[in-house]
Amino acid sequence: MNILEIKQVSKTFVGAQGGTLALQATDLDVQENDFITILGPSGCGKSTLLRMVAGLDTPSTGQITLDGQPVTGPGADRGMVFQSYTLFPWLTVLQNVCFGLREKGMPLAAQHEIAREFIGKVGLRGFENHFPKQLSGGMQQRTALARALANNPRILLMDEPFGALDHQTRELMQDLLQGIWEAERKTVLFVTHDIDEAIFMGSRVVVMSARPGRIKCDVPVALDHPRHYSVKTTPLFTQLKSRLTEEIRIEVHRAAGLAQAQ
Amino acid sequence: MRPLQPVNPGARVALGISFFVLFVAVWAAATFSGYVSKTFLADPVTMLRSGYDLLMNQGFAFDIGMTVWRVLGGFAIAAVLAVPLGVMMGAYKGVEAFFEPFVSFGRYLPASAFIPLLILWAGIGEAQKLSVIFIGSFFQLVLMIAVSVGNTRRDLVEAAYTLGAGDAGVVRRVLMPSSAPEIAEILRMVLGWAWTYVIVAELIGASSGIGHMITDSQALMATDQIIFGIIVIGLIGLVTDFAFKAFNRVLFPWARL
Repeated sequence: MNILEIKQVSKTFVGAQGGTLALQATDLDVQENDFITILGPSGCGKSTLLRMVAGLDTPSTGQITLDGQPVTGPGADRGMVFQSYTLFPWLTVLQNVCFGLREKGMPLAAQHEIAREFIGKVGLRGFENHFPKQLSGGMQQRTALARALANNPRILLMDEPFGALDHQTRELMQDLLQGIWEAERKTVLFVTHDIDEAIFMGSRVVVMSARPGRIKCDVPVALDHPRHYSVKTTPLFTQLKSRLTEEIRIEVHRAAGLAQAQ
Repeated sequence: MRPLQPVNPGARVALGISFFVLFVAVWAAATFSGYVSKTFLADPVTMLRSGYDLLMNQGFAFDIGMTVWRVLGGFAIAAVLAVPLGVMMGAYKGVEAFFEPFVSFGRYLPASAFIPLLILWAGIGEAQKLSVIFIGSFFQLVLMIAVSVGNTRRDLVEAAYTLGAGDAGVVRRVLMPSSAPEIAEILRMVLGWAWTYVIVAELIGASSGIGHMITDSQALMATDQIIFGIIVIGLIGLVTDFAFKAFNRVLFPWARL
């Protein structure tokens, strides 16, 4: 069944020189336990779409419903991992992961039990009392992931969470997230501009066009789980990659104002 | 030396102290040589000797105590009111729109110009001294705290909302802790300004305090005592500044990482 439904949602940003259409009317249904990656060139409105699901931006038209309830603002049922490092610098790793649990009014012992479990899952046992600035970028994003998961959201929203990391760390993070997803089967909406990442992580890849964004195609990824990094060299992966590369290339050219890509 | 290259801690302390030494050396040279007349500027040794006399025989310690208590008292009242108002203004733009224009106006009202009025309203007692310091520091504190709270990183606020925090939770658990180290810095800085206001308040219509001693010494042309008074203020300022800095370091270890 559909956990999340996006119906005719569009977004126009109002500026000094009138409005800019960032996202054309878009429909998207997300099923329980789905891992959907949203792939598109920069400025295509993919982050805007995600932020509207999170309730951080309001759609100009259309409606977003989660479990049939319209989304009107941000809430604990939609956890989010941002591209920028958003750990609270004045809190330790443990306190950061407890943030949402404390907000729910959970007793401290229970908060710590849950937090420690997720800190373990992201491989940061032993770093509970470190401050964010004492951690590397990859470790900070792992903490942010633990913080979002500890809250047990209905859906996890990830806005280019590994975008600021170097290539090796990024692959490490993909493996880690893939492992966690295979164990938890949390519903995930994952925005990226990296084609390999979109295929490797997703059970469906939603490709978006250049601004004003719209969903261009929706490609199922029929790779088996558990996925090992070696799937990146299989024929199916390569085939998907060459198709998506074409799709994205056209959009990148359009975005750059180069009319017809050859 | 190259631009922006740090110096090691030992050299840093040595350089800092050597300017004090140089300063006193130039002063001593100018006064002992007779180049500057004693009437205008006492030499360092006379200054220290009359300082000792002030402390031992003329009850100057009581004056120092009075001045310190006035500064801390007036400043504490200002801080207790300014911190909550500044936080509210920084957090809620409606509150800011209501108070900000008046506070900006209040900030440019010269505290010392209020002294004649305050003497009329509050007499020459302690209330008048505290009021001068309050006026001098309250508006500055409110504005700077509001700006600091308003500059909280938006992505941290958004992260808190997606973790289920409500509006009150965002103010209490994000805006306040994230700007706390800067608020402490603002308090430290404005406390320094409060010291200049207290002396002005004590120059006019006071019967005790460092400023009062300075006006008395003026009548006697005792430049040695005036300089001693000024140096005492400087030293107290330096000590409170160090104490405040050390306190902030202990309180907000994460801000220095």
